[in-house]
Amino acid sequence: MPYTANKPSRARSSDELRAAIPGWGADLDPKDRPSVPKEQFDPGLNGARWDFPERQPEKWPRERSIEHKFLTPVFGTSAPPRGVSGVIRKYSYKKYSEGRAAHWLLLLAADRVDAWEQHLASFGSLRPDNPITETGVLSEFSRHGVTSRFGKKRADLNHQWIDPILVGGPWLIAGGLGFAAVRRLARLRRT
Amino acid sequence: MRAMVYRGPYKIRVEEKDIPPIEHPNDAIVRVTTAAICGSDLHLFHGMMPDTRVGMTFGHEFVGVVEQVGSSVQNLKPGDRVMVPFNVYCGTCYFCARGLYSNCHNVNANATAVGGIYGYSHTCGGYDGGQAEYVRVPFADIGPSIIPEWMDEEDAVLLTDALATGYFGAQLGDIVEGDTVVVFGAGPVGLFAAKSAWLMGAGRVIVIDHLEYRLEKARTFAHAETYNFAEYDDIVVEMKKATDYLGADVVIDAVGAEADGNFLQHVTTAKLKLQGGSPIALNWAIDAVRKGGTVSVVGAYGPMFSAVKFGDALNKGLTLRMNQAPVKRQWPRLFEHIRNGYLKPSDIVTHRIPLEHIAEGYHIFSAKLDNCIKPLIIPGAN
Repeated sequence: MPYTANKPSRARSSDELRAAIPGWGADLDPKDRPSVPKEQFDPGLNGARWDFPERQPEKWPRERSIEHKFLTPVFGTSAPPRGVSGVIRKYSYKKYSEGRAAHWLLLLAADRVDAWEQHLASFGSLRPDNPITETGVLSEFSRHGVTSRFGKKRADLNHQWIDPILVGGPWLIAGGLGFAAVRRLARLRRT
Repeated sequence: MRAMVYRGPYKIRVEEKDIPPIEHPNDAIVRVTTAAICGSDLHLFHGMMPDTRVGMTFGHEFVGVVEQVGSSVQNLKPGDRVMVPFNVYCGTCYFCARGLYSNCHNVNANATAVGGIYGYSHTCGGYDGGQAEYVRVPFADIGPSIIPEWMDEEDAVLLTDALATGYFGAQLGDIVEGDTVVVFGAGPVGLFAAKSAWLMGAGRVIVIDHLEYRLEKARTFAHAETYNFAEYDDIVVEMKKATDYLGADVVIDAVGAEADGNFLQHVTTAKLKLQGGSPIALNWAIDAVRKGGTVSVVGAYGPMFSAVKFGDALNKGLTLRMNQAPVKRQWPRLFEHIRNGYLKPSDIVTHRIPLEHIAEGYHIFSAKLDNCIKPLIIPGAN
């Protein structure tokens, strides 16, 4: 009990634990662990042959945090900004630091815009987006979707029903709007 | 090449992409032989991480064979079998020079608050990841290591993040002999954190989750006592009872941004993206640890704010420790532990999925179907 000085313990003795658990106490000394101390200054630690790395060529104006003094010498080149989402992203990087909620909220908004820009663009391509195959939901049938969930006291069942609405809802709305637009056009043609 | 490509929240597919070119003299191009899906990849998959762009290839856990090297690379050559830490890092900035590889300042143009991570959004640098046939590996002389002859490929891929992170999480707890250690989350990182706590001399290790099959793994693989929080009205009170009302000496949060256990917190985070991460496990950790104890956080959270019970942490005099794991710093000791038979990381692998079926792999892992604990991705397999 914490109401008196001695530590209550239900632990087995160290000898019992050493006998029962492979490797018990192999890293017993807190000072002899790989990340202790947290900072271990050694500029030669990594065997690098540079003080500052050579710069990677910048093939397009690379967006960067305004908390950086300059563009980092190496950076990722996946998915350059494009379209309306790209405009939002570039604005967010140019205007707001990482300390501002607006920075992250704009980036999240740009992510949603990006997804719909690319979904719409895919319909003009040879490979339109297919939410059935791309969500992997068919594995519900081959990987025990029902028996994995029910009778298991899982805490996540209270919100999993939201996922199909979040994922499928916008597609159903978009499909409905598209259908209504086509029907309206057809009516206009007839009159 | 074939590569996993993000198409928006909850949607991915495999596409034909160009093999990545050398973009810097110290780059290498690695042909991926085994990759993994990490629990933190699910945050990207669910659209929670800001600046996750359609077209990006995920994957920060991978091993493979060097295909091509840049002009300044000296430590690797084509044909070398390599394991690549999930951290992209330069080796010489202020932080790398102090061993904080996960906090490198020279590789992430998009943010200063996080280092570079393969395939983990532009917030983490905009690098394509390894759930593909080929991947660009910057600073090839710094991060990757040649896989020892004796090491199993599946053990090697788990060393690139999950095992290193779990082991690092236990170190952040500053465990001393006889400590009671509670681990929230029985996923791969939680299982490895629990196993590592014993190596550091824990007297008791308690693992908490709501998935019974994972708790079973915690009992058999990590020798832990287990609690299913869904069976109790209040898991914090149960932890107090389990420790004679003292609280645990150390609590490790190995859950992160999509924690379950409180409908409102989960929905405002994982579904509505109004918080950087669901703080349920973190708040339970703060409440379940004893006064003066240590909370170690290795579960992944986004850069936005979260509703963390900071007052309790203050008033209890807690030490809060956290970081992304500096992976390579852990490797020499973990290699020893694997050779000595203390750790067998691949024991937690449950699924081996061809790259072409990766969308189903994400769904299985995300929806926790088929007793999934750790899915590996195999490029080129049918």
